[in-house]
Amino acid sequence: MASMAQAIRMALHYGETELGVTEIFGEDVGPPLGGVFTATQGLERAWNSPLDERGIIGAALGLAWAGARPVAEIQFVDYIFNVIDLLKLSANGHWSSGGKYKTPMVVMTPTGSGIHGSMYHSHSFDSIASKLHGMKVVCPSTPIDAYGLMVAAIKSDDPVLYLKPKALMRSKGEELIPGEPDEKTLHEMIDAPLGDRTKWKPKWPKLGAYSVEIGKAKISHPGSDATVVTHGRMAPICLEAARRFAAEGRGSVEVLDLRSLIPYDWDAIKASVKKTGRVLFVNEETEITNFAEHLIRRLVDEMFYELRARPRLLAGKATPGIALSPSLENFIQPQKADVERALGELLADPA
Amino acid sequence: MPEKIARPSASDPYNKLGGQRLLGVHELMVRSRLLEERLIKMSKGGDGFFWIGGPGEEAFNVPLGLQVKKGHGVDYDFLHLHYRSSAIVMALGGKPIDAIRQMRSVATDPYSKGRNFVNHYAIPEWNIVPVSPTIETQYSTAIGTGIAQARAKTDAVTIVNGGDAGTAEGDFHSCLVWANRPVLPLPILIVVVNNGYGISTKEETQHGEKLISDWAKVFPDMPARTVDGNDVAAAWGALEEAFAYVRKNRRPYLLEARCSRLYGHSSSSGANRIPEADCIEILEKNMVSRGLAKADQLKKVWEREAAAIDEAHKQVKTEPFPADESVWEDVFADGLPPSYPTKGGS
Repeated sequence: MASMAQAIRMALHYGETELGVTEIFGEDVGPPLGGVFTATQGLERAWNSPLDERGIIGAALGLAWAGARPVAEIQFVDYIFNVIDLLKLSANGHWSSGGKYKTPMVVMTPTGSGIHGSMYHSHSFDSIASKLHGMKVVCPSTPIDAYGLMVAAIKSDDPVLYLKPKALMRSKGEELIPGEPDEKTLHEMIDAPLGDRTKWKPKWPKLGAYSVEIGKAKISHPGSDATVVTHGRMAPICLEAARRFAAEGRGSVEVLDLRSLIPYDWDAIKASVKKTGRVLFVNEETEITNFAEHLIRRLVDEMFYELRARPRLLAGKATPGIALSPSLENFIQPQKADVERALGELLADPA
Repeated sequence: MPEKIARPSASDPYNKLGGQRLLGVHELMVRSRLLEERLIKMSKGGDGFFWIGGPGEEAFNVPLGLQVKKGHGVDYDFLHLHYRSSAIVMALGGKPIDAIRQMRSVATDPYSKGRNFVNHYAIPEWNIVPVSPTIETQYSTAIGTGIAQARAKTDAVTIVNGGDAGTAEGDFHSCLVWANRPVLPLPILIVVVNNGYGISTKEETQHGEKLISDWAKVFPDMPARTVDGNDVAAAWGALEEAFAYVRKNRRPYLLEARCSRLYGHSSSSGANRIPEADCIEILEKNMVSRGLAKADQLKKVWEREAAAIDEAHKQVKTEPFPADESVWEDVFADGLPPSYPTKGGS
């Protein structure tokens, strides 16, 4: 079973061989490292850039305008804050030019907490990303979705911000990517050896054009009593909680993994909430002007009389950063016990 | 009084350019100037809003535009311009009526459909990428088209154009660093037009570097030059040298042009005429004194161009403003999803 990092790597290989991707770049993206999470290891078109986030996004935008389909990386989303105006230009270029210039570029960046990353390796960017109108924003929670969303992002004529949950980069999924070999074989084929890599070349498995439509959520656990809307690192935590609730007879919880934040799958959210009447939003962003607050407001506007209990948000605490000490990080960010507590309260709330 | 004719000299840069070419340059400079003056009047007269433009830069920008390899795609020059680049666009063949449309923000504005400030061009047919109101970001995006052209087998180059004050931004230095990467030098003509001001702030109060082109000194393989941008012949020659270098060597060149800023920063500073050297007056004197044109002949150019701009402005006043719902066009390249929120709240 591929890890998320391997899945992204294989999708990028498909991009460089089948979809016309000629430039994959960023800090330490090329050899010898192949990315700090190894997501670009062994790729033919991957190269190292100067340590300059503004140059990276500017280069991607210029390449997109020149007709390339670049994939650029910001090494950690925590470093993306000094390029927000260039991301805005990427997002608004099609609109500001009256539709004259398309912007087919992908910016991928590891996001969120869970790796003991402290102040500047734990940030989430979801809510700010959702304000870059014109930019599509995706965030997978499984390797197969990571593969499919990357293929879709490369094919898109819009700029796509591809958020990679840091804590899930080594995680494995439950579904195979079509054409994926067994785990040991895959490791021998595409993982670089330790030590000298100068003569190493990967052997890529033949993977298909599997893609996940941007803007489509996935029901990762069907249910009828309550809905959890989540994405990224929180998605497997919510899935585990839903399974536990089902196993213990505590309620039937539907987990909706958004996968795309912009555009979000409003039809899927509405359909699930229509069924359950109860909804909990779970994400890693801080609670002040959280992306999910918009979704809650829209639910209240459009489905007020179908809600059986007040909608809830479980999010990060609005601290200036994520603290290093595990007890503090776990206090700031939602944990499995928090999800279970919030779900229990939601289910117990009288209609 | 008969016009004073200087003795022709073959080495004289004006004589070398020749009367025919200079008349063409002059016409484009006049067109650009009159266009900018009309845009200023529109801004002041309530026929548009904010004005920002480039009157005073014509002697440099027209020769630049005329030396561009114009077309679409990596085999043609890419232009990362800013809001003072109108004379470059006129030299490439831009129509004054389209800038007037953008000033009035009518539906027919071909550059932004009534969404952006005047002089914010986007012309894919000529590789003019979207001009942004943000300062200096064009020096970052130039890296991208530069990479595309460095990979291609072509003599086409990327041109980036901005002002002196913006060189304090990191994007300028990003451009210098990326253009000079040893693994992949980039064919970028890095232009800085130095008018001595950043809005109201004098350059010498903020910049310790003697010349902006001195930034090239830390990159031993990058040539650089500072040129009098108010002088057509000097500008033409410097651009010719710089273009030739970048086209042939596939490496960057830093060119600083000293130009006047004849109407201040923008409408925010009043957009009134400022007594600085006027490059069109300088050109006309140089042409007439050499017998390359007659004063009457040049005067007629002003009259003809002014009449054309009057006519264009009249036409634009008959054109409709954009429909409200047009704001939902072009948000995404593949259209707006049906469930995208469009109410602006509850």
